[in-house]
Amino acid sequence: MAENDVVVIAERVVGSHPDVTFELLGKAKEIASALGGEVHCLVVGSPEGHECLGAADHLHLVEGEHLWPYNPHAWESAISALLSQLKPRLVLASTGTVGIDLCGALAAQSGSMLASYVVDLSVEGASLMAVAQLYGGKLMAECDLGEGPAFVTAIPGSFAGHAARVDGVADATSHSHDGADARMRHVALTEPEKTGVDITSEELLVSVGRGIGSQSNIDLAQELAEVLGAGLSASRPVIDQGWLPKAHQVGKSGKKVKPKIYLALGISGAPEHLEGMRQAELIIACNTDATAPIFEVAHYGTTADLFDLVPEILDLIGG
Amino acid sequence: MKIVVAMRQIADLVEELEVDASGADIDREFVKFVSNEWDEAALEEALCLKEAHGGEVVVVGVDDVDFDQTLFGALAKGADRAVKLSCGFEGWMPTAVRAELLARWLKDESFDLVLTGVQAADDLDGQLAGVLGARLGLPHAAVVVGLEPDGDGFKVTQELGGGVTLTSHATGPLVLGIQAARQAPRYVPISRIRQAMSAGGIEELEVEAPTARAPKVTRLFAPEAKGRAEMLGDKPSEVAARIVELIRAKGISVS
Repeated sequence: MAENDVVVIAERVVGSHPDVTFELLGKAKEIASALGGEVHCLVVGSPEGHECLGAADHLHLVEGEHLWPYNPHAWESAISALLSQLKPRLVLASTGTVGIDLCGALAAQSGSMLASYVVDLSVEGASLMAVAQLYGGKLMAECDLGEGPAFVTAIPGSFAGHAARVDGVADATSHSHDGADARMRHVALTEPEKTGVDITSEELLVSVGRGIGSQSNIDLAQELAEVLGAGLSASRPVIDQGWLPKAHQVGKSGKKVKPKIYLALGISGAPEHLEGMRQAELIIACNTDATAPIFEVAHYGTTADLFDLVPEILDLIGG
Repeated sequence: MKIVVAMRQIADLVEELEVDASGADIDREFVKFVSNEWDEAALEEALCLKEAHGGEVVVVGVDDVDFDQTLFGALAKGADRAVKLSCGFEGWMPTAVRAELLARWLKDESFDLVLTGVQAADDLDGQLAGVLGARLGLPHAAVVVGLEPDGDGFKVTQELGGGVTLTSHATGPLVLGIQAARQAPRYVPISRIRQAMSAGGIEELEVEAPTARAPKVTRLFAPEAKGRAEMLGDKPSEVAARIVELIRAKGISVS
């Protein structure tokens, strides 16, 4: 029954299919099984690499004008057209750029419910229930999405994805979509510049967040990094303020890092940041707010003030 | 060029957040509200565009706790008009409701761009730019980090994650969710804000709150402390010694 089907939007815009697509496929299978429906996966633009999406019961390969490279306006038009045929109960995407670009609009157009920042999803009776991470990860909202069609954008890393990496596609259908108007045209896709700064290769990272307070205080963190022979990285607010160049950013819109030690100074731990550093072998967090979400992923924590702590470390190691 | 900037208040995440007696919303009496930081980036981008290319910046939003401060701040920074939509709405406002209120107001306005923050910390039912774009039937884009007039439209640059950026040419009007402006939001001295306050100038419109489908929050709660972090205390000298020990234990040599 189509009205119990679950659709996953594959969010590959460059390179290979991202991990989150497999995480969503895994969750989609679980939800579809509880609802008695099937899993569809939409691959828009380029069909390259679709062979690994075999966890879906049905694969839809959509090609057409303006669809590749990724073009939000054209993708929305193509996905909207296909969803109006499939009429699924649930559409899954991530809180990455593609999910944020498209799902609010698609849900609004179709009068569907939408929950964003979702970390857990289940079927309870006839309802879909979601748990979303709000207020920068400080609070969780359990919410009822009702019995009608719904969109869910999930935070990457929330669901297990390994089992959903299945090669071989049972049922693939090609669609062509040229219905998008040209109000948005592709100009350029730019890979990150090689700046000589490579925070992903450091064994030890000193990472600063909003708590560093000002550009002049960056010097203190820089001194600590130099004395420790560490790399210096930062969370988004520091980059947005222009206190450090973009190449130093850890998180969803920056780099994913896996150092031996990640020393987080004045970083609260917004979900977008955690996405980029939770794989570090050892995480030590310093934040004066004892309720900061960073302490949920850190192995060691302190509520000491970083401006007291850093000089003490420098004293100890002869900085 | 006329740029509308949609702004809003949000609970100050630096402060402690309390859940109210219903168990499904934050305690709005207790919590401090501030301007959404991404909306401030949207405002900054609008002001930079105006300075570079001329035009008008209009700030608009739905009334909320201390929203006047945000609007006066925007006027002090250089916005030409500030509009407050008052509907007496209480509690958490779904994005769908906010988008509907803004769309109704926008239908009588001419504009080239609507800029707003890429997200807000409580936009459970979707980020405003996409929902509003769909409601207005306009092209929209999120996570925007670059914006320039370009021929008959605009060059829009979005972050796609992992440092990859996408640049598109789009013909307006457009609705854009701004991740970061070309420069950090400007500082405005309190004296200028006071001047803006004494000059008045907020246009207040009484509007009717629409209903919209949105997830029903059944419970709002602090994440279960998994207690993963072993706390090292808060005495700087002792903590520093432990951190140096931990670094050495990982085989990283520090002098």
